[in-house]
Amino acid sequence: MTTFQIAATILFIGLVYFLIAQNSARQLQVSISTKLHSRHQYYGFFACLLAWLPAYALLIVMAIGDDIVFRSLSTSFIPDAVRTDADFNEIIAHAQIKNVVSGTNFGTQPDWVYEAAEAWQGWIATSATLTTFLCLSLAVLGGGWGYYKINPNFRSRNAVEKIIIALLAASSLIAILTTLGIVFSVVFESLRFFALVPVSEFLFGLTWNPQFEGAERAGSGQMGLSTYGSVPLFAGTMLISAVALTVAVPVGLFSAIYLSEYASDRTRGVVKPLMELLAGVPTVVYGFFAALTVAPFVRSMGVTLGLDVASESALAAGLVMGIMIIPFISSLSDDVITAVPQALREASYALGSTQNETIRQVVLPAALPGVVASVLLAVSRAVGETMIVVMAAGLAANLSMNPLDAVTTVTAQIVTILVGDQEFESAKTLSAFALALTLIVITLMLNFIALHVVNKYREQYD
Amino acid sequence: MIDTPKGLVSPTTATERVAASMAKRKKSERNFQLLGRSAIAVALAFLVVLFFSIFSKGLPGFFQYYVEIEVEIDREKLDPTGDLSLQSLYDGDARGVIRSALYAAVDAEGRKNKRAAGKLISAGAEQRLRELVYDDPSLMDTTQTLRFALDDDVDSFLRGFIKRETPENDRRISDKMVEYIDRLQSDGKIVYAFSDYLIFGSASRNPEMAGIYGAFIGSILTLSVCLVLAFPIGVATAIYLEEIAPKNRITEIIEININNLAAVPSVVFGILGLAVFIGIFGMPRSIPLIGGVVLALMTLPTIIISSRAAIRAVPPSVREAALGVGASQVQTIFHHVIPLAMPGMLTGTIIGMAQALGETAPLLMIGMVAFIVDVPGGVTDPGTVLPVQIFMWADFAERMFVQKTSAAIIVLLAFLITMNAAAIIVRKKLERRW
Amino acid sequence: MEDGKMVEPQKVDAPVRPDIDLAKLPNATIGDIYVENPRMTARQVRVNYGDKTAIEDVSLDIGGSEVISFIGPSGCGKSTFLRCLNRMNDTIKTCKVSGDIRLNGGDIYAPDVDVVPLRARVGMVFQKPNPFPKSIFDNVAYGPKIHGLADNTGHLKQIVQEALERAGLWSEVHNRLDDPGTGLSGGQQQRLCIARAIAVSPEIILMDEPCSALDPIATARIEQLIHELSSEYSIVIVTHSLQQAARVSKRTAYFHLGRLVEVGLTDKLFMKPQHEMTNNYITGRFG
Repeated sequence: MTTFQIAATILFIGLVYFLIAQNSARQLQVSISTKLHSRHQYYGFFACLLAWLPAYALLIVMAIGDDIVFRSLSTSFIPDAVRTDADFNEIIAHAQIKNVVSGTNFGTQPDWVYEAAEAWQGWIATSATLTTFLCLSLAVLGGGWGYYKINPNFRSRNAVEKIIIALLAASSLIAILTTLGIVFSVVFESLRFFALVPVSEFLFGLTWNPQFEGAERAGSGQMGLSTYGSVPLFAGTMLISAVALTVAVPVGLFSAIYLSEYASDRTRGVVKPLMELLAGVPTVVYGFFAALTVAPFVRSMGVTLGLDVASESALAAGLVMGIMIIPFISSLSDDVITAVPQALREASYALGSTQNETIRQVVLPAALPGVVASVLLAVSRAVGETMIVVMAAGLAANLSMNPLDAVTTVTAQIVTILVGDQEFESAKTLSAFALALTLIVITLMLNFIALHVVNKYREQYD
Repeated sequence: MIDTPKGLVSPTTATERVAASMAKRKKSERNFQLLGRSAIAVALAFLVVLFFSIFSKGLPGFFQYYVEIEVEIDREKLDPTGDLSLQSLYDGDARGVIRSALYAAVDAEGRKNKRAAGKLISAGAEQRLRELVYDDPSLMDTTQTLRFALDDDVDSFLRGFIKRETPENDRRISDKMVEYIDRLQSDGKIVYAFSDYLIFGSASRNPEMAGIYGAFIGSILTLSVCLVLAFPIGVATAIYLEEIAPKNRITEIIEININNLAAVPSVVFGILGLAVFIGIFGMPRSIPLIGGVVLALMTLPTIIISSRAAIRAVPPSVREAALGVGASQVQTIFHHVIPLAMPGMLTGTIIGMAQALGETAPLLMIGMVAFIVDVPGGVTDPGTVLPVQIFMWADFAERMFVQKTSAAIIVLLAFLITMNAAAIIVRKKLERRW
Repeated sequence: MEDGKMVEPQKVDAPVRPDIDLAKLPNATIGDIYVENPRMTARQVRVNYGDKTAIEDVSLDIGGSEVISFIGPSGCGKSTFLRCLNRMNDTIKTCKVSGDIRLNGGDIYAPDVDVVPLRARVGMVFQKPNPFPKSIFDNVAYGPKIHGLADNTGHLKQIVQEALERAGLWSEVHNRLDDPGTGLSGGQQQRLCIARAIAVSPEIILMDEPCSALDPIATARIEQLIHELSSEYSIVIVTHSLQQAARVSKRTAYFHLGRLVEVGLTDKLFMKPQHEMTNNYITGRFG
C-alpha cells in the first residue's frame, strides 16, 4: 500500500473504533445502574485516538526514515575501487542509483549501480509491506486496547483530555524543532565550509570569487584560486539597504506623522489601507518592476545627466526596496506616535505652541525609541530581502559605495549558489551556508536591539 | 529705556515678542504640513506608478493574435494507422496539414516563401490540431476554419514593437513575412482574442504558447499543504501557550523562539528545506509537498502570533463562566474560547496564506524552479508556483514574455487582493467587539 | 471691541434632568459676576459635546491679581468652562463653544484669532503633573524658546531661574537642572509645571485640580505658592475640595450641572450662601 493509502486506512480504523466504543459505552450505560464516569463520546474518542496516534507516528517515521536507511544500505554496493577514487562523491553515487530506481535514467551506468538499484527496489517493497503491516496492526491493537478499557470507572474524558493537552504541547515544540533544524543545517554546513576556508578570509576578505570547484580541480581555474571574502557582499547589502532607507524613512515617517496628527479620520481611512497595499505586493513583483521599469529609467536618467549608470544599479534596486519598506516604517511609527500620551500634547499646546512645534519637540522625542526600533526592523527586512536584488541587482561581487554601480548582496549570492548544480562537498556550495549563517545572525541581532531599545527607553514617560 | 530686570519678561513684552514670532511660526507650520502631505503623495505616487506599469503591460498580455485559416483535416495525413491513438497522431503530419492550409491562405510558392509562411504560425499549432481531432474525431476529412496562435515575433510585430521601418537585417521578421501578414490582415484572417494559452497553457519556451495553468495548480497544491499543516499546528501552539502552558522558563524559550522565527528571512526556510528535507530525509525536490512544508514553517509564527492575540481578546469572564458550570479546562477551551477566537484566527491565517502565496525565495531553494511542462497531478508530482513562474519568465527577453509576465502578475495580485478582502470581511462580519 | 457687549445666545432645548427641580434653579446667577477692570469676561457661554450640553449660559468676570475657585460636584462643567478660557477645548473634535469670551476686551473666539498668543497669555496647569520627558531646564525653557522671549542664552537661563524661583523649586533643583523632569516627586513635578507656565509670562494661570494627585504636604506647598503668585497673576483654580477653595481663593464660583449657580466672595459664599443648591453642596448634602 502507498503511504497515502495506509494513512487513509488508519483514519478509517480510528473512526470505526470511535463508533464501536461509543456505542459500547452507551449500551453499558443502559445495562448497569451506575453512571459511567464520562459521557459516551469520550470512550469513543479514547479508542479512536489510541488507534490513530501510535500508527500515524510510526507511519511518519517510516516514510521519512526509509530513504536514510536505504542510502546507508546501498553504500555496501559501491565497489571499493570507486569509493577510494579521488573524484568520488557519495551524493552523486546515491543520485545515480535513485535515477535508475525512478526510471529517469540517463545513459548507461556501471553495473554496480544497476545491482544497487535492484536491491533498492526490493527494499522499497519490503518497507512497504512492513509499514503496512506494522501501522495497521498498531492501529487495530491501539484501538482495541482503548475499547478494552471501557468500564464505568474508567475516566475516559480525563484520559482524552490529557492526550489532547499532550498533543497541544507537542505542536508548540515544532517551533523549537524548526529553529533547531535551521541552526543545525546552517551551522553544520558552515563549519564544514570553515574547514575549507578560514574564517578570517571569509569575514575580512575583499574579493568574492567562487569558481566552479570542478573546473579548479580539473586544473582550469582561470583566475587562480577561488576566494571567499564576503566583504563586497556585505558592502553591497549595506549600500542597497542604505538607498532603500533613504527613500523609506523620510516618506514613511512623515506620512506617519501626518496621518496620526493632522489627517482627518476619513483621510486616514483611505490612505492607510492604500499604504498597506504596498506591503502586500509580492517581492517578485517588485523585482520585476525594478528590473523592467525602474532600472532602465534610472539608466536613461543617468545618461541624460552624463553619468555612467550600470544597467543593474544599486540605485534602482534600492529605490524599489525602499518603496517596499515604506509601510513598515509608516505603520510602526504611526503606532508609536499615537501611543504618546495626550497629556504631553496638552501641556505643550497649553503653553502656546503650534502643532508642528509640539510634534517636533515633544511628540517625536517621546516616540523616538519606537521610531528607531521601527527603522531597525526595516533594516532587518531590507537585509533579508531576496527577490528584488536577485532580479534587479547585479551578480558580480563589486566592492563599491557608489549607488550607480552594480553590486550584489548576500541574499543574491545565496540564491545564485544554491539554485542550480550543487555539490555539497565543494566550498562554493558550502559558502552559501556560511552566508546564510551571517545573515541570520545579523537579522536576529537587529531585531534583538530593536526590541530592547523600545523596552529600555519606554519607561521614560510612563 | 527702563532697566527691565533680566529675568522673566513682562507680560506686555511677552505679548509683543509672541506676536512678532507668529509669522515665521505659521510659515513653519505650513511647510511642515506640506512635508507630510508630500510624503503621502510620494508614497501613493509610487503605488500608482507600480500598478500602472504592471497593468499597462499586463492587460494586453491577456490577449494575443491568432490566425484563422481553412484547414483540410486530412485523415490519412493526421492518423496514419487509422486508430486515432495518441501514438498515431504523433507519428502523423499535423504540421504538414496546417502548413498546407497556410500556404493556400497566402498563396505561397517556392521553398523560400513557404519557409517564410511556415514561420508565421506558432510551434504549438500542431499540438492544437492533434488535440482537436482527438477530442472530436468527427472532424476528420472535413474542412474547417480553425484558429491558431501566431508566432510571438509576428505578435510583437502586430502590436507595433517590431517596426516595419527597421531594415530587414535588423528585424526578426523578413519582408516576405510582412507581406504575408499584410495579406492575411486584409483578408480579415487575423484575430486579436483572449489568450486561452495564458490561462490554460503550461510552461513553454515559446511565448505565444506559455501559460500559467501548471503554476497555478502548483500554487493551489502547495498552499493546500501549507494550510493543512500550518493552521492546526499554529492554532494548537497558540492554544497551548495562551491557555495551558505554565509561565516558566520553557514557555519563555518557546516564545522567544517563535519571535525569532518571525524575524528570520524567508530564504533561510528554503535552506532548511534543502538541507533537512531534501538532504537528510531524501525527499524529492521541486514537489508541492516540500514547498508546502517549507511555507508552513515560515507561516507558523504569523498564525501563532495572531491566534494568540485572538485568544487573548476573549474576556476572562467567558472562561470563568464555563469553569463555573463545571466544564473542564479542555472543554472550556474548545467549546467556548476557540469559537469566540475563531474569526481572529481565521483572519490571521488568511493573511498568512496570502503572504505564502507570494513567496518565491524559499521555493527557489528547494528547486521549484525547474522547467516543468506537465501540470502536477498531486502533491508529489514536480511542479512550480505562480510567483516562481513569474520569476522564470522575467528572465526571458521576448517582448511577449514581458506582457505575459505582467499578466501573470495581475492574476497573482488578483488572488492576493481577494484573499485580503476575504480576511477583512471575516474580521468585519464575525469579530465581536467586547 | 467694547467691553460687556452681549452676544445673542442660541436657543437650544435644555435636556431634562430628573434629579433637579427646575423650579428651584433660577436662570440668573446669584451673586456678583462682575468685577472692576476684569482681565477676562465671559458672557452666556454654552458648550456642547455632540448633542450633549456640558455648560449653559455661564457669565463671569475674572479680575486681575485675584484667585477665584470653581467648585461644584463631579460633572458640573467647571473644568469644561475652565478649558474654554484658553481654548483648550479646541483639541476635542466634537466640542462646540458659543458665547462671548474676552481677554482684555478682545474676543478670543473671533475667527481671525490665533490660539498661540492666547495660550501664551493664559497658562494652564493640569490635574496630573505632565512634565515633558526632557531635563528640568528644558521643560521650563520650552515655552520661552518657542515664543522667542529671551534675548540670548544668558537671558534664557535667567528666565528659567526666575520661573523656578517663583514656583518655589529653585532651591531644590538648582544643582541638577539637567536631570529629567520626570524624575522628580509628584509635588515637585507639579511645581515644575507651574514654573513652566510662569516662564512665558502669562497674565492668567488656569489650574485644573492641581493638587488632586498630590499628597497633603505637597498640596500645602502648592497652596502657599498660589498665595504668593496671586500678587502677580490672576489664578483660576478648579477644585473639588471646599476646604482648599476656602483656604486659597478670594472669590468662589459654584457650578451645578452646567450652570453657574452662585458666585461671590469666598467667606460670604461659605458662611451665608444665598442659593439653596449652594447651601446643600457646602453643607455636604450631596457632592
